[in-house]
Amino acid sequence: MPESATLWISRELAERIRNHGAEAYPNECCGALFGRDNSAQSGLGSESDALLPAREVLGLYPLVNRRDDSPHNRFSVTPLDVREAERASQLHGLDVVGWYHSHPDHPARPSQYDRDHAWPWYSYIILTVQNGAPGEMTSWRLSDDRSEFAPEPLEIRQHAAA
Amino acid sequence: MAVKVIIPTPLRPFAGKHDSAEFPAATVGEALGRLTDQFGALRKHLFTDDGKLRSFVNVYVNDEDIRYLAKENTPTKDGDVVSIIPSIAGGGQL
Repeated sequence: MPESATLWISRELAERIRNHGAEAYPNECCGALFGRDNSAQSGLGSESDALLPAREVLGLYPLVNRRDDSPHNRFSVTPLDVREAERASQLHGLDVVGWYHSHPDHPARPSQYDRDHAWPWYSYIILTVQNGAPGEMTSWRLSDDRSEFAPEPLEIRQHAAA
Repeated sequence: MAVKVIIPTPLRPFAGKHDSAEFPAATVGEALGRLTDQFGALRKHLFTDDGKLRSFVNVYVNDEDIRYLAKENTPTKDGDVVSIIPSIAGGGQL
């Protein structure tokens, strides 16, 4: 991942994640992030390249947390849900660029469980919800060699890039 | 003809950006072995250190989950499609 890679998300979409987290509390919410990864297009030299974020979230796909045995501290998205999310993203001309979930009464930092189950390339947005109130939102990416689940700069913007 | 292996989005950067690859293979295990022989960087993301498929890696042969067939010994034939589909999981500390 490039050092300066930043994930952009609009205020509106960030607020929808926060609302989902608040609604699901005391359980974890989860959903897919629809968007575009522009990292392959960088370096072509046009002025407009400088305006493109490395990756941008342009839509959300809220999902049912399939962990009904321990929903307060675990979430699960089944492969069928993943496939459905991918098909839905393609209908909008977008890709699934990552996933979001909430941590009820726990910091917006990945747990060991988050790290052990992560896939590379995806952006993982985590939202803390403390006593029902949504708080900090962070984003994370697993390193290519799986050695590190590193923070990804997250920029909440007034409007989407595109 | 051969078996077509569909590579999920998060693993395409490790497979030369290809979304699929084709190999002659008699079983799912053989197909995945040929895939990781060609694209070695995939191995760590598909398999644990002791060579087992990671729990969140789901493999289907023509839309049937191999867990309900013969797992990696599931036979494959020319024209079959082997799909690798992620599960996504996580959560806060206990």
